[in-house]
Amino acid sequence: MTLYMLSIYQPDGGTPPPEFLESVGRELHAMNQELKSAGAWVFSRGLHDPSTATVVRPRDREVVITDGPYVEGKEHVGGFWIIAVPDLDSAIAWARRAALATTLPIEVRPFQDVPEY
Amino acid sequence: MGRNRAIDRLRREASRADRHAQAALLHAREEEAEEGPVRDERLRLIFTCCHPALGRAAQVALTLRLLGGLTTAEIARAFLVTEPTMAQRLVRAKGKIRDAKIPYRVPAAHHLPDRLQSVLAAVYLVFNEGYAASSGAELVRPDLCSEAIRLGRLLAELMPDEPEVLGLLALMLLASSRRAAHMTAGGDLVPLADQDRDRWDRDLVVEGQSIVRDCLRRSDPGPYQIQAAIQAVHADARSAEATDWSQIVQLYDQLLAYDRSPVVALNRAVAVAEVDGPGPALALVDALDLGTDHIFLAVRADLLRRLGRDVDRHRPTARRKAARRSGRRRRSDRRRQASRRTRRRAASRP
Repeated sequence: MTLYMLSIYQPDGGTPPPEFLESVGRELHAMNQELKSAGAWVFSRGLHDPSTATVVRPRDREVVITDGPYVEGKEHVGGFWIIAVPDLDSAIAWARRAALATTLPIEVRPFQDVPEY
Repeated sequence: MGRNRAIDRLRREASRADRHAQAALLHAREEEAEEGPVRDERLRLIFTCCHPALGRAAQVALTLRLLGGLTTAEIARAFLVTEPTMAQRLVRAKGKIRDAKIPYRVPAAHHLPDRLQSVLAAVYLVFNEGYAASSGAELVRPDLCSEAIRLGRLLAELMPDEPEVLGLLALMLLASSRRAAHMTAGGDLVPLADQDRDRWDRDLVVEGQSIVRDCLRRSDPGPYQIQAAIQAVHADARSAEATDWSQIVQLYDQLLAYDRSPVVALNRAVAVAEVDGPGPALALVDALDLGTDHIFLAVRADLLRRLGRDVDRHRPTARRKAARRSGRRRRSDRRRQASRRTRRRAASRP
């Protein structure tokens, strides 16, 4: 099994209408149920808005704390899954589902193997 | 021989994660007499090399490296990049296969059509790159057309029941049949209408047309088969004047159902001009959104000139004749120039 992160890329600004969010929520819930039945679900959740973020940045041998997201971009990560599946094709199949449910692009990235120290 | 080289290469270059694939290959080598395991290995290899998670350039490089007969240096020269650049491209591609766990597998039936399109597109890209390349004695660039046809033949051998595979092979064979005639010694492209058809390779034409007929019998059309059929109609004509343009228009009608791109519509308009005259063709061309594309401008300019010439019919006789003579000369010169640019650009399209 390989671990993959599936990240939802969400455009900044504006909230979709509640009916839309509700129907997306229902589809994602169904998807997560199936992921769990398949034994592939490791973790998934939506994130709060980027305005709720805090960045901790190293400077010299200390840290600087700032309000706001790391990058001011046009998109941000809206939420993500961690899934355990045999290969990229399986991960893409789940990502396809997520993309169609959310109408948003999903980035699929493999986790590294745990190094043996 | 090519088969063993491909297997050797894969064995050398497969990653830790592909140990099962290596084992299968060793098994295959022991059973070299059987076609089955080796055929399956090569199919798996092709589909892996052309996985959509890899960029097209990476797909092409991997396919030529692992299935084709080319070294990294040869592929680099073929695509006019340095060897380190091509080596890096291959390393990254193999790295992605390993790290993202791109499976070493022939896709399931319901994914096969899409995945096969990816494979065919990669092979066709190789062919077009070779076709657009300058010819001539200094063959510094490896013959990509021959490589692409080799791959096309391999695909046809491995997937004899896939009509689009056959269509691509026929398309490449028929296009290749014109290689001796489609370029001057100086490297200029000769438009189809002006080519010496005696220099077309009859063996390639016969083979290509035979495959097209086979495809027609299967009644499972697709874009490569239709493009091959268009080339077959051209090859049927003993001279440019004998071309069955109305059949070509009908074939473009079919092709548009698969590929609505302006390029296809433009090529169709060129054929329409031969059947219905430049007027209707110009109307079609003007409706296309092709901006400053060279082919578009050349075709449009040519149609305008042909229309302008017809307008001359209303001048007094003597002046009309003179206008016609000079017009004819001007027109054929410009058509030649326009068609030359057209062919060059068309040939360079993937």
